[in-house]
Amino acid sequence: MTLETEPVVLNMGPQHPSTHGVFRMRVTFDGEVIVDFEPVFGYLHRGIEKLAEHKTYLQNMPYTDRLDYVASMSNNWAYALAVEKLAGIEVPERAEYLRVIMGELMRLSSHLVGVGALFNDMGAFMTPFLYMYREREKILDLFDMVCGQRLTYNYMRFGGVSHDIPEEFMPTLRRFIDDMPRYIDEYDRLLAENEIVLARSKGVGILPAEKAINASVSGPVLRGSGVKWDLRKNNPYSIYDRFDFDIPTGTVGDVYDRYRVRVEEMRQSVRIVKQAMEQIPQGEVRTRVPTPLKPPPGEAYASVEAPKGELGFYLVSDGGAKPYRFKIRAPSFINLTILRDLVMGWKLADAIIIFGSIDICMGEVDR
Amino acid sequence: MEIEKAYSLSDYDKREALQIEALKAAAKEPYPDPVEWLEEELERNVLLTTTERLLDLGKRFSVWPNTFFPACCAFEVISAAASRFDFSRFGMEVLRPSPRQADLMIVAGTVTWKLAPAMRRVYDQMAEPKWVIAMGACTISGGAFRGSYSVVPGINRIVPVDVYIPGCPPRPEGVINGFMTLHRKIAKDKLLKKD
Amino acid sequence: MTKTLSGAEVARQIGEPLPDAVTGSDDTTVFVRSEAILDAARFLKEYLDFDYLVSITAIDFNDHFDVVYHLRSLKNNYGVVLRTRCDDRQSPSVPSVVSLWQGADLQEREVYDLMGISFDGHPNMKRIVLWDGYEGHPLRKDFILDVPGGGKAT
Repeated sequence: MTLETEPVVLNMGPQHPSTHGVFRMRVTFDGEVIVDFEPVFGYLHRGIEKLAEHKTYLQNMPYTDRLDYVASMSNNWAYALAVEKLAGIEVPERAEYLRVIMGELMRLSSHLVGVGALFNDMGAFMTPFLYMYREREKILDLFDMVCGQRLTYNYMRFGGVSHDIPEEFMPTLRRFIDDMPRYIDEYDRLLAENEIVLARSKGVGILPAEKAINASVSGPVLRGSGVKWDLRKNNPYSIYDRFDFDIPTGTVGDVYDRYRVRVEEMRQSVRIVKQAMEQIPQGEVRTRVPTPLKPPPGEAYASVEAPKGELGFYLVSDGGAKPYRFKIRAPSFINLTILRDLVMGWKLADAIIIFGSIDICMGEVDR
Repeated sequence: MEIEKAYSLSDYDKREALQIEALKAAAKEPYPDPVEWLEEELERNVLLTTTERLLDLGKRFSVWPNTFFPACCAFEVISAAASRFDFSRFGMEVLRPSPRQADLMIVAGTVTWKLAPAMRRVYDQMAEPKWVIAMGACTISGGAFRGSYSVVPGINRIVPVDVYIPGCPPRPEGVINGFMTLHRKIAKDKLLKKD
Repeated sequence: MTKTLSGAEVARQIGEPLPDAVTGSDDTTVFVRSEAILDAARFLKEYLDFDYLVSITAIDFNDHFDVVYHLRSLKNNYGVVLRTRCDDRQSPSVPSVVSLWQGADLQEREVYDLMGISFDGHPNMKRIVLWDGYEGHPLRKDFILDVPGGGKAT
């Protein structure tokens, strides 16, 4: 006997109990199973690309902080790389090492939030999130010591970083980095083999490798599907070719694999910071550049491996002090291409977890 | 499986667009900040009755915030709620996502015209007494994005605001200072006038 | 290290099966005619293994639009830039590459929303970050913003 059923459209509105931001989903259900899914964005579209055409290159640096606000240093770095490529500016050695240290600390911080929010969605209400936040507060203290801000740093400049680190930075960093592997092991002891985590995330939201490549996915989502592609190894920028680290990949491409890739990346980041702390030389931290900077006419595309994926800036210059076109290649926006295909056929609770495992930040999606 | 929809999703889009345009046209002047009742009360009743005082005490020590977190300032509110700066010691024990269960709406982040009808709807769903805190430069005046084609220049055009917390983003200590100002306002503290 | 292929070399290779598609080349870029973009992209994907689309952008030069595609091959680790020009200002349109790379889906909708260039063959061509019925396309140079402290500028 077949039942007559009618599909129901449910709106999971822009305001909702998760830390991912103002994201809206219009979901069509047949009972509890999802048959159609439409994501709606634009609730945080602030017009950064248009506003940036009215301000000079240096005045645009704080706008880049507000893109992926959980990992601001990476955004600053990508923009600084693009302008340095456009204008042909060299960066001194000490500044490169400082950039790497800040970038990897940022990756740690962003993955702590990403994994914590995923567990929040899975039902472990606040406990893993607060544990991981305890470590994140220590990293934010380090940033506070360096540049005075906890969230939006504006630390990188064209030709280096804005100022040198104070004396108490290195001992504090040494204490933190020596303790961090113990904390990551603590999280794994609590969560990695947990029965509920395994039941809710193994086999859920599987993304095959060819589909991931075709959909221009990048970052831990791509590596969770088994594709060994990381810009730090395949297209090294700055001084990443001097460090010794591995690229973790998943096998199947489900939610559990993406979570494991992020945890392993945290361990590799600790390794890179240890090596950078040993090798860092003395010297200048910034090259003199003229203000306002007027790069020659031309264009440049530069990208970094941000915690969420490949973040790129495409700048077109017409020789003036303001950019002619300021385009941001945002990883979270492009990673959302596959969300619809991943959730079809699952139930609502699984859809929330699949969405959480892609780990987006709405500031980037909408710009 | 073939599904027949009774209405198409593009009808939704059109209807919502009309709501956004209507709100944008109506929000030309900011709402006045709700402090007039405060001055009137203080002038009329120099001594508040014990019952009123008790009710105010009850109200101020258990204000439950609603999570309305568009952008970056959200992470400073989450930091203020997390392990180090825990604001549940001030009575804001739980962050309630549902507006029906909340007393305070903290707007933390830039509000755009597309989000404005949703924000107004959340405000309308809250039960009296209710308060609004505008956190960060973007909610006070549009902040770094003022002049953009899609940003609301100050949320006091859409909802009346009780406390403004400046900063970009304000530190968690600043957020807690904002909450304490709100508590003093709720308790109709006479010291508020001298600030 | 990702190698950037020489634009002239790639232009020569596209010119063999599609003789009138290419209009020019540069160190890193291949310029094609806008009607031939889908065939050129298909050639690049099938014969030169460009399996990854990095980004799609549009630039507004005051009398014409340029649509820029950054392509990359993960298998062989090289990249190239494909660029086309669109002269129509009233209702510009370019064929869509969403049938080759699914990653073009949301990016083409964003270019339509903010620049006004529509992509033929896209299954869901509607606005994405602004609301339905919004007047104008903000990233165009003739959309004037009133920025505080900066006066009116394009």
